[in-house]
Amino acid sequence: MPNISEIANYAKESAGKLGIKKFDIYGSTADGTSVQVDQGEPKQVKASNLSGVTVRVWNEDNTMGVTSTTDVDPKGLELALKTAYEASFFGVKENVPDFSPESTVPLDNSSHDKAPQAPVSDLIESLLAAEKEVLAAHSAIIGVPYNSLSQRDFDRFYLNSDGAMRTESGSTSSIFLYSKTEEDGKKPRSGGAFRISKGLDHLDINGCIKETAEKTISHLNYEKIKTGKYRVVFSPDAFLSLLGAFSNLFNAQSILDKQSLSTPDDLGKEIAVPLLSVYDDALHPANIGAETFDGEGTPTRKVSLIENGVLTGFLHSAGTAKRMNAQPTGNANIGAKVSVSPNFYHVFAAAPGEVELSLETAENVVFIDELQALHAGVKALQGSFSLPFDGWLVNKGVKTSIESATVAGDFLEVLKSITFIEKEPELTPGGVCPKIWVDELSITGD
Amino acid sequence: MLTSTLLLSKQLPTLQYSFTPERFDESWEAPLSTLLGLGRAAGADFIEFFLERVNYISCLAEEDAITSITPRLSTGAGVRVFRGKADCYVSTNDLSFSGLKAALEKGLSILGLQLPAPNAFIPEINLELLRDYASKRGKDSWLPLCTSMRDMGDVLLESTTQLQQKASHVQSRRATYFRDWQEVLVAASDGTFARDIRLTQSVALMLLCADGANRASLAERGGNTSDPNFLKAWDHKQAAEQIAESAGKMLYADYVESGTYPIIMANHFGGVIFHEACGHLLETTQIERKTTPFADKKGEKIAHEALTAWDEGRTENAFGTIDMDDEGMPVQRTLLIEKGVLKNFLADRTGSVRTGHPRTGSGRRQSFGYAAASRMRNTYIAPGEYSTDDLFASIDKGIYCKKMGGGSVGATGQFNFGVDEAYLIENGKITKPLKGAILIGEAKEIMNKISMCSQDLSLAPGFCGSVSGSIYTTVGQPHIKVDSITVGGR
Repeated sequence: MPNISEIANYAKESAGKLGIKKFDIYGSTADGTSVQVDQGEPKQVKASNLSGVTVRVWNEDNTMGVTSTTDVDPKGLELALKTAYEASFFGVKENVPDFSPESTVPLDNSSHDKAPQAPVSDLIESLLAAEKEVLAAHSAIIGVPYNSLSQRDFDRFYLNSDGAMRTESGSTSSIFLYSKTEEDGKKPRSGGAFRISKGLDHLDINGCIKETAEKTISHLNYEKIKTGKYRVVFSPDAFLSLLGAFSNLFNAQSILDKQSLSTPDDLGKEIAVPLLSVYDDALHPANIGAETFDGEGTPTRKVSLIENGVLTGFLHSAGTAKRMNAQPTGNANIGAKVSVSPNFYHVFAAAPGEVELSLETAENVVFIDELQALHAGVKALQGSFSLPFDGWLVNKGVKTSIESATVAGDFLEVLKSITFIEKEPELTPGGVCPKIWVDELSITGD
Repeated sequence: MLTSTLLLSKQLPTLQYSFTPERFDESWEAPLSTLLGLGRAAGADFIEFFLERVNYISCLAEEDAITSITPRLSTGAGVRVFRGKADCYVSTNDLSFSGLKAALEKGLSILGLQLPAPNAFIPEINLELLRDYASKRGKDSWLPLCTSMRDMGDVLLESTTQLQQKASHVQSRRATYFRDWQEVLVAASDGTFARDIRLTQSVALMLLCADGANRASLAERGGNTSDPNFLKAWDHKQAAEQIAESAGKMLYADYVESGTYPIIMANHFGGVIFHEACGHLLETTQIERKTTPFADKKGEKIAHEALTAWDEGRTENAFGTIDMDDEGMPVQRTLLIEKGVLKNFLADRTGSVRTGHPRTGSGRRQSFGYAAASRMRNTYIAPGEYSTDDLFASIDKGIYCKKMGGGSVGATGQFNFGVDEAYLIENGKITKPLKGAILIGEAKEIMNKISMCSQDLSLAPGFCGSVSGSIYTTVGQPHIKVDSITVGGR
């Protein structure tokens, strides 16, 4: 792929030739390798070196068009600009997206550090060893059907015809293990874990192996659960999944589109128990591969969403911020219609709970480890959910795996029914969060 | 007299090929033959090139305005190299000869294979005469015949106007359309050389109604392959009427009471139950991973004798219809289950090599970024002998699942899917609307509980996500009765 200066020059030349005076470009490249293994043998190695850019063009009437392309040579960029220019005449006439006022604000924390890429043979050997250890953990574990060890370098940039120019680079490495059991007369069971770091050297492969094995083994002795109302403890991953599914609560674009459970007037309202605080914090130290600018070039930052139970902020693009008299927050994705999405959640207890709860002493609580089928069981615009899950019935520290069940409720009610937020946060791909205790949710089992 | 076409590896850097950059035609034979030969000379057992060019556009209408028109242009290639049962897949945006060669070299080196010495002969790979499904069926003219940007906006705006007129308590209304034009070329070291063009289009209406705390959100989708005029011919009035009627009923619906019920699942998108509960488990990908309970059940009864099911790519205009799969194999009709007996699996090339099941033209992928895998095409339960009245008459208390949401199946065969529109059945009659239902079960058990199929087979478009990305598929069935299933609710 041409470097950023070359792309900028190609774009300026093509724009000049086409009579385009105002444009911006967001682009990225990724160079990655991933391996999979199966029963002691390498299964598939994947490698890719891919690039893509999105160009936005404003015409003489100040309406805007967009085009994405994977072809970033002069000819490809010219075609993209031409197509975007053509599309601009069908662009919106009200609330036309514009450059972010913060796209030229100096940024001093962009990273350009890449971890050294390990040889593919090292990736395969590490994953084969991991598979072997998981298989050895229990005789019932007959396979690790889903596994992957990967490393990836990335570069991303934003530039516009007003002189904005941002770049950053980085690396990530990750491992995923998901094992399956088989025992005579019993149903197959499974469990998995995921770890991520900047480079292979620092990847917690042993932790992933241990968690996968322990989780899978803990599901071997399963029982049905009686249908009813239970006190529920959400794992960090499960709670963040639910929060992500209802992220329209904080999404300024969704709110303006009336596709949200919130309205512009909801700022300042108490929507959760005072125990709860939630930030979106792309720059959180635990966020591997943190991005320092968004698709419009706006710097990312810490954004307070819920403070002591009170709704305190929304996630903005440049356009939504202008319309709602706020500041852009670094959560925009470039596009014909700029969409907004969270970067990295930070959920924590704003204050100590009145009671200290513990899985070691609590009686008959349902610990939900992982929620499934969020695309099917969440009604994001209604606030309701009904979801299958993996988890355990916990009685004074004794965990019994639940055979199969669903949890149902209303997310706004869940936020009001939190009774305890544990202290210890855990890192997940979507953010950091401790275990969250919620009273009285419907569990459907037997 | 024939002249020798054998190459020496040292000649490779000086080769000059002139192939058509804007079209995948016969001019690609020479460079791809050379690259395939190079891979074989390096010691690979099998090499496949998949070349792709995409011209995509989507359009969004919200309320009474077009708020987004998004074109996307994409070109790229994937090369798959096999050595024994191990394989490597490398993808690149660079379709030049040197770009493809670099991708091949990377794949070879990952598998521990070295390029031949400078004086080594590059074996000639004789590709078949190009099997050009695009030219044969006049598909080269499809792209310019597609709906213009202006017209697609007009149709969507008309449909959101219809929603406003037909529905009450409207909070928001949206219409989306996309057109995905894709040209592909496959060349492999077994001589495969084939080209195709696919034109997939989809239009959807979404309606959110709200009255105080009562909310209902419904969507309706139409889809098509191979008709450039699809959008203009789409009956948006009827679609708006249907969705408005459903939203009106669901707005004040009670939450379903959880438990175990007999259910009747409507035809059309109801077919998602078979897709999730059984279809995925008949892909050889699942046999390879040992994640299907049906791996050794071919020829055995795995379902109720009322159930016969197909997977095929030939139904005219259906969403999963293709002339060839993404490995260049002509598509076919595959009988999966006949009167409850498992007849066939769905196999791609790798699945066939690794499991022994014959290829079925089912090697599919989202794009050049993915290696092909065994995937479904148009998958449906065949019509049965009952009427829908017979099905309802057989239930004292149960649930009618009229409109299904999405679903998924896990590694242990447990599946789930959401219900967007449901009704209580009492004494054979529909009595009241219900919301919040999700169905869960285990594939092996549920297949024996589909005990009645009516005669009204209907197909519906869908999107299927799996190891080779998100692809276009069809689900379908007649109305069916499931004797009992767990329904999650409140």
